[in-house]
Amino acid sequence: MSKGQSILNWIDERFPLSSTMKAHITEYYAPKNFNFWYFFGSLAMLVLVIQIVTGIFLTMNYKPDAATAFLSVEYIMRDVAGGWIIRYMHSTGASMFFIVVYLHMFRGLIYGSYKQPRELIWVFGTLIFLCLMAEAFMGYLLPWGQMSFWGAQVIVNLFGSIPVIGPDLSVWIRGDYVVSDATLNRFFALHVIAVPLVLLALVVAHLVALHEVGSNNPDGVEIKKNKDPKTGIPLDGIPFHPYYTVKDVLGVAVFLIVFSAIVFFMPEMGGFFLEHPNFDPADPLKTPPHIAPVWYFTPFYAILRAIPSFLGTQVWGVLGMGAAVVLIAFLPWLDKSPVKSIRYRGPKFKFMLVLFIIAFIGLGILGAMPSTNTRTVIAQILSAIYFAFFLGMPIYTKNDVGSEPVPSRVTETNAKRQLRFLVLVAVTVVGAALFAMNV
Amino acid sequence: MKTKIRHLIAAAAFMLPLGAAVASEGGPALEKAPIDIHDTESLQRGAQLFTNYCLSCHSANAMRYNRLADIGLTEDQIKENLLPPDAKVGDTMSIAMGKKDAKVWLGAAPPDLSVIARSRGADYLYAYLRGFYRDDTRPTGWNNLVFDKVGMPHVFWQWQGDQVLKTVKGEGGHEEHQLELVKAGTMTKLENGKANTVEFDRRMADLTNYLVYMGEPAQVKRHQIGYVVLMFLGLLLLPLAYFLKKEYWKDIH
Repeated sequence: MSKGQSILNWIDERFPLSSTMKAHITEYYAPKNFNFWYFFGSLAMLVLVIQIVTGIFLTMNYKPDAATAFLSVEYIMRDVAGGWIIRYMHSTGASMFFIVVYLHMFRGLIYGSYKQPRELIWVFGTLIFLCLMAEAFMGYLLPWGQMSFWGAQVIVNLFGSIPVIGPDLSVWIRGDYVVSDATLNRFFALHVIAVPLVLLALVVAHLVALHEVGSNNPDGVEIKKNKDPKTGIPLDGIPFHPYYTVKDVLGVAVFLIVFSAIVFFMPEMGGFFLEHPNFDPADPLKTPPHIAPVWYFTPFYAILRAIPSFLGTQVWGVLGMGAAVVLIAFLPWLDKSPVKSIRYRGPKFKFMLVLFIIAFIGLGILGAMPSTNTRTVIAQILSAIYFAFFLGMPIYTKNDVGSEPVPSRVTETNAKRQLRFLVLVAVTVVGAALFAMNV
Repeated sequence: MKTKIRHLIAAAAFMLPLGAAVASEGGPALEKAPIDIHDTESLQRGAQLFTNYCLSCHSANAMRYNRLADIGLTEDQIKENLLPPDAKVGDTMSIAMGKKDAKVWLGAAPPDLSVIARSRGADYLYAYLRGFYRDDTRPTGWNNLVFDKVGMPHVFWQWQGDQVLKTVKGEGGHEEHQLELVKAGTMTKLENGKANTVEFDRRMADLTNYLVYMGEPAQVKRHQIGYVVLMFLGLLLLPLAYFLKKEYWKDIH
């Protein structure tokens, strides 16, 4: 027995090292037909690591104090060695996290990855998304610029619209009557310790649940139904390592090129990743003319603004925005389709999906712009579509199957079909964006 | 293939009205500031202007004097030409006037200018610096085309001379505001009723250039490192990852 093997044996008698590696990496069998959409899970992990590592270095120099926070960020940008790279990686990472996670969720949507038996994976995923929103919201207060301050003010005030307990609740969240030093301190604590701990725990739960049932795939076929009778290995499965580790490295290389291009050449991303008014220090006496949330919150913000107040309270908008997020978690039970993948679904789902993309992108653009009467009406229509997509699902997915039956084994990737689909999605997204920009 | 091309044409057609929509929003379109962040001579002239004319009311608390080594100044040059007598070369560009006093004396505390170029943009600053005009209704006697009811007086009035606001009928009958030079300053000329502001504009471009540099002193270095990083990723990591994947996957069908 070699020296290495004997050390490994010593560990394995005390800790399940080899068996864990096998179960999750070397002998975790994933379907061999993963396509483009399957890069975003591992990329989300990569961004998580980037955020944690750069975050650690930022906390070494950042001061969570209303009097010094703004300048401490500028000292990081100027006086800390490599500080500007660390800060831009963190700020770019925040936006990239949402891009990657939105694409990851879209993958789940088109291939029915949330359907039985993967409901819990999806629920954990939705909770991760919720955590991510909380993490991003609280992190955005820390640079203590005008948008940090007024964005936090607007969002915390939303809790104030809840009947009876609202006003006290919002004071309790802020620790003060306005967003202040007390708020900055607690948001820092929550951003750096509390939320990341929950986030990490949920990521572990997400992966453990995934590896228990196995990955879905673009055909929505259960590969565990066809196993090699001798070895018990799924016939359409390949070990995650080395096949998907090397494939994911390719995804990482492409991602890093995009990521670096932003970090080094357009870290503000035209005011979308770093908003221009946030380079003015927070001033509680000067309300900016237009308070816009960062781009990744804008679809939900547009829903909030679209819902009018009635019965003497504005709480409906808040409830609508909350429901827009929470509904995502119920997808596994709303979708009654007998098939998982969009490839074998009927026209009704495909039609609703296109409408949903238009609604989500359109709301995102509208939420970033000052509201006008026309924009409010459009946002109301798009909000209605957004909710119809989820709430109407039990009806329109029932028996909605395509002409092609679900195969018993996974099929080869059809490059032409995939390109056609990507172009269709891109055109829908661009079209919806341009439409919303021009109303 | 045909449908794909049709999609692309549709997307392009959508994009046409976009430019118009962007231009029509948010007040008058600003002239592009003629600045070059790599022009160290312009940056040095701008630094001189900034320390002489801005840095008595405005601070730049995030900027250290010795950081100006970035734009080609030696420590001795900084000490001789730019540093106030009581400051050390590693100090930040702070001012003696407190915020509370400033508010009493000037009505509003002049903002810190460290990152002003990042919140307002170069084009705005360039327009602002050249946008002062005579307005007797204001306490200082000055107003500004891009910042109505500005509290700041016209610091460079002796250079620029006097401008007045003129309202003209623009395209489609809507009113447009323009500035007209009525009295030449030391850096502007009036020749047969035509204003020549080249020299003054160049100075203001230098100052704008410096403010843009000061907003993010590392930006030139950021680009330099960026090229190296992208070359490494694009020419080394990407092909390596591609061929590694191809090699491992050749037996998967």
